[in-house]
Amino acid sequence: MSLAARTKPQTLKSEQIILFRVGGNLFAVSSASVQEVRSVDSLAGAAAEIKDSGVRKVRHVLQRDDKTLFVVNGTMHFGLPLTPGTLIFILRQTRTALLIDGIEKMGSMTRLQALPLAFQHEERQWYRGLTALDQSVVPVVNPEGFLTAEELALLEQSLSLRSAAARETRAQGGQPQ
Amino acid sequence: MSAVAELELQAMVLLRLGDRRFAILAKQIAELVAPSRIHKFPHRTPLVEGVILRRGRIVPVCEIAERLLGKRISSCRFYLIVNRRYETHAEWVALPVTGECELIRAEITAASESDAPHVAGWISHDGEVIEVLDLKALTSEQQVLPPPQTPLLVGAFL
Repeated sequence: MSLAARTKPQTLKSEQIILFRVGGNLFAVSSASVQEVRSVDSLAGAAAEIKDSGVRKVRHVLQRDDKTLFVVNGTMHFGLPLTPGTLIFILRQTRTALLIDGIEKMGSMTRLQALPLAFQHEERQWYRGLTALDQSVVPVVNPEGFLTAEELALLEQSLSLRSAAARETRAQGGQPQ
Repeated sequence: MSAVAELELQAMVLLRLGDRRFAILAKQIAELVAPSRIHKFPHRTPLVEGVILRRGRIVPVCEIAERLLGKRISSCRFYLIVNRRYETHAEWVALPVTGECELIRAEITAASESDAPHVAGWISHDGEVIEVLDLKALTSEQQVLPPPQTPLLVGAFL
């Protein structure tokens, strides 16, 4: 019968993961997806505010090398009660810097089960799947699932407007905001 | 009972939710298990309460009482694990039930257009008429359309 074969969890060799907390909930992310972990304090001077983009979960941008990264508040993204974020994950090959409560521990997973089809909404973008660790089920986040194409477009548009306003201010001899 | 009538009887599992009973085709049932720890994580599907671990699989728990009874149930005695068929394949889904289940054979009367989408048919058992559940409709998010409204004829009086 094909059922067993199709629903069998995907067997991985072993993938290194970082277990982290957002709004009191435990999540996992592949450590290969995390380029850098920084404390919020260490980036306080480097982050610029971005307002009125229409994407409420993004309030700051970071400039890293030649890329502008959008700081996604993890609690707002997952719809959890707000908690003060202390760490930022800079996610590889994305425009996302994720604000989290803290790191729980490092670990490894050997099985990743696809998110059951009963889950029908945004969570299908949020998660790569689920894994069982120490008799607990932990969602494994999809690094590309924090910002949709529409949200990225809104944020880009907001950045462009901000740059244009700054240029105009400079042209008029004023101080950029 | 004639041989023809016998052939039309289908194996069904009767489940209890609060003070009501419902039926599911027995071929759609995987197993009945005692409640275990429910694991919760953020998501946006109101029908799904969380997941349980069963035989190495992660099985979603679908809250069906609200749809069937109009209210949530506070206690769950068992999980009835069903095979829910999706477009490409089938997956296990756990349905919380409040009492023991019973295997019976009964003849199904087809549902009519006026029945709710989750009703696949009806059976008569022990003097009770019982809904046969359509798992696909029951575990999908239905779009509840508001009743058609009569347009206001404000302009007619002006």
